[in-house]
This record gives sequence, C-alpha cells and structure tokens, in this order.
Amino acid sequence: MKAMLAGFLGVAVIGVVAYLGLHEIGFSSQEVYSSDNVRVD
Amino acid sequence: MLRHLMALFILALVALPLGATAQDVRLPENATPSAIDRNSTGGAQNLADIERRQNGAEIDDGFRRDNLGGDASTVPGLGPLGGRSDPDLWRGIRYNELPVRVSTMNKTGRVLVQDNGMWWLNFREGPLATYGIWLLAGMLVLLAAFYLLRGRIRIEGGKVGRTVTRFKAIERFAHWMLAGSFILLALTGLATLFGRKVVIPLLGHEFNSVLLTGSKFIHNNVSWAFMIALVMVFVMWVYHNLPDRTDWTWIKQAGGFIGNNHPPAKKFNFGQKIVFWGVILLGFSVSLSGLSLLFPFEVQLFGHTFGIINDIGMAEAAGLGPLQSDLTPHAEMQYAQLWHAIIGFLMMALILGHIYIGTLGMEGAYDAMGSGEVDERWAEQHHSIWLDEVKQDNRQTPAE
Repeated sequence: MKAMLAGFLGVAVIGVVAYLGLHEIGFSSQEVYSSDNVRVD
Repeated sequence: MLRHLMALFILALVALPLGATAQDVRLPENATPSAIDRNSTGGAQNLADIERRQNGAEIDDGFRRDNLGGDASTVPGLGPLGGRSDPDLWRGIRYNELPVRVSTMNKTGRVLVQDNGMWWLNFREGPLATYGIWLLAGMLVLLAAFYLLRGRIRIEGGKVGRTVTRFKAIERFAHWMLAGSFILLALTGLATLFGRKVVIPLLGHEFNSVLLTGSKFIHNNVSWAFMIALVMVFVMWVYHNLPDRTDWTWIKQAGGFIGNNHPPAKKFNFGQKIVFWGVILLGFSVSLSGLSLLFPFEVQLFGHTFGIINDIGMAEAAGLGPLQSDLTPHAEMQYAQLWHAIIGFLMMALILGHIYIGTLGMEGAYDAMGSGEVDERWAEQHHSIWLDEVKQDNRQTPAE
C-alpha cells in the first residue's frame, strides 16, 4: 500500500518537476507551441 | 488465444495506415495514365476528374503535379520571372514541389499548403477512433467471456497462511509509478481523441475545453514519470523476462488457463513475459512518438524510417511501392500522432488484460504488488521454480 502511494506521489512530483524544469530551460509547452512573433501571451 | 487475437489486431491496425498511404504514392513512371481527354480545358481539370474525386475513385494528379512550367533556362526568352505562370506557381506550392523561400527562419514555414491534412484528419476521426474503441470494447468482452467461462482462478486448497516475499519495495514503487502514470496518460489521451466527438455533444463546449486543457497539461507532464518508470522497470526485470525452457512448457499447457494444470515457472511466467515485453517495446515506441509530439517539428522519425523500409525492400515485398521518405514536417507530425494513438490503444488493450488477471482473474495475485508478500501455496501453484529458489536462498542466508 505504501509503495503504491509512493508511486503515485512519484508521478505527481515528477510531473511538477517536469513542468517547472522545462519552463526553466525554455522548453515548457507554452514556449514550444508559441514564439516571440505571437503576441497573444 | 488472447495472444493470437492481439496479433491479429496489431496486424490489422498496422496495415490500415499503410493502406491509406498508398493513395499518396505517385504512379510509377511507366504506368499508362488514365485516358482522360483534357483538351477541352487545355490540360487543366475537367468534369471527369471532378466526378472521380467525388466518387472516391483514385485519381492520377500527375497532370497537375508535374505541370509546373519551366524556368528561365528551360524556357528562354521569357524574362527574369522565367516560364512559370501563376497557375504553375500555385500548383508548385500546392504540391510542395517548388523551392519556396520564406522570411521565417524555421523551414517548417516553407510548407504553405500541405497535401496530407485532410487524409490525416479523416483517418483520425474515422478509422483510428472507431477501430480503437472496438479494440478496447472487444478486449473487455473477451475478458468478461473468459471470466464467465473459467471463473476466478482459485488457489487450490485455499491459502496456507505462510507468505514469501515476491516483490521488494523498490519494485512495487516502480510498478505503481508506471501503472499510475499509465492510467492518467490513457484517460487523458482518450479524452483528447474523443473530446470533440463524444464530450461536446454530451456535455458541451465549455466542459470539453476545460477537460482537454487539463488533459493536455496532465498528459504532457505525467509522460516524464512514465518514461522514468519504464526505464526502472526494464532495468529491474529484464533479466527475469528473458525466454527460457519453462516458457515452452507453459505455452503447451496454455498457461493453465484451460484445464487445471499448474505449469512450472520462474519469477515470471510466459504470459507475464508477454506483458513485460509488450509494455517495454510499445512503451518505448509510444514514448518516442510522444517526444516527437512534445517537441513539434524537432524529432522527425517517419521519413527516415520509410527510407529504411524502402531500402531493405520491405515496402516492395508488401506490394506498396516506395514509401515517401521526404515528408513535410507537418506530415511527420501527423504520422507521429497517428502512431502514438495506435500504440496507445494497443497498450491499453494489453493492460486491460493485465489488470484483469492481477485483480479479479486470479486469487492471490494482487498481493504480489499490493503488499509484496504472496501466499506460499499460491507461489507453489503458479511459480514453483521461483519458490524453490527463494526457499533455497532463505536457507543459505539465515535471518539475522
């Protein structure tokens, strides 16, 4: 049971780290799907 | 039985996009062109062409694709713009044949009109969605039928009460990270594919919008956990999933699913090895195409792959003629999306079977991943060789 919860927690943690980490290195989804020429965001 | 059906489904699903690709392949040069008289329009489309397209018949569009005019060297005396009229230029853009130069730095911007967009959209909304759902529904029906016919596979004689450790904490952690991320990815992936078709009619645009925005966010970020867990699971268990002689016995006795046999097995039996290798190989493939989708136009897999398939003669052997190896970036992304979805459906079908046998299908199986401790009689009946090895290890290293 603990391993299962730890696994799910791992999913969440890695998800958050990926989200923030990719943003730091300029590869977040927002940056990849957009560009400086798009003035919407 | 399940395996054969799986193989059939895989073959059918793999064959489908290849069949559609044949329409994009140009006719070989020595083929006689269809006898349509275009004198009335001076070489352009006429009614016969339009009727053929409307009836879904195959059209030879060489009269448009190859009619791109000339340039200053081949049609001299026509000035600096050369021998291309406006229609020639537009045909060149339409078929991506002319060297276009655009002011954006990214060469993706050079594709002004792309040929495969509607084919991809129709395939995604049609055969992909339809066959995918039938695959999953069929799998559920198969499992239900199996349960009704065979029932739950019981531990003969009931549990004995003594347990033995089957999976350590780190193994269970990696499995549940893989499983949890897979469930999230599967649900969000299905939402993404079926949102427009199913969610909008039922629950409206606003709900669908929120659902899909959230789905994309979850899908893109949880994918990393899936890939990490996949590597962990591979490293931990690849040795135990290599084929060995006990697998042949297991196959011959149909895994004990039919009848009351208990074929011997080591840590993983052949059925589990199929799931392992299925998850590893399909997971690797879905991860590659997924990375291509995460970083659009950066990771381009299909043109190169088609080139290899051409070079080794597989395309010809399958009767398809040369596959296009110079795909536009947009065609690459479209193929990546289709492949990603197809492999996703295959994985979902496989995992439905895995979830069934690990929960409802077999008494005592869940304990292995739940607590890590399995009943000794369960181990004796399903993994006898493994149990002997474990007992021997326990005798050699007495508990401290």
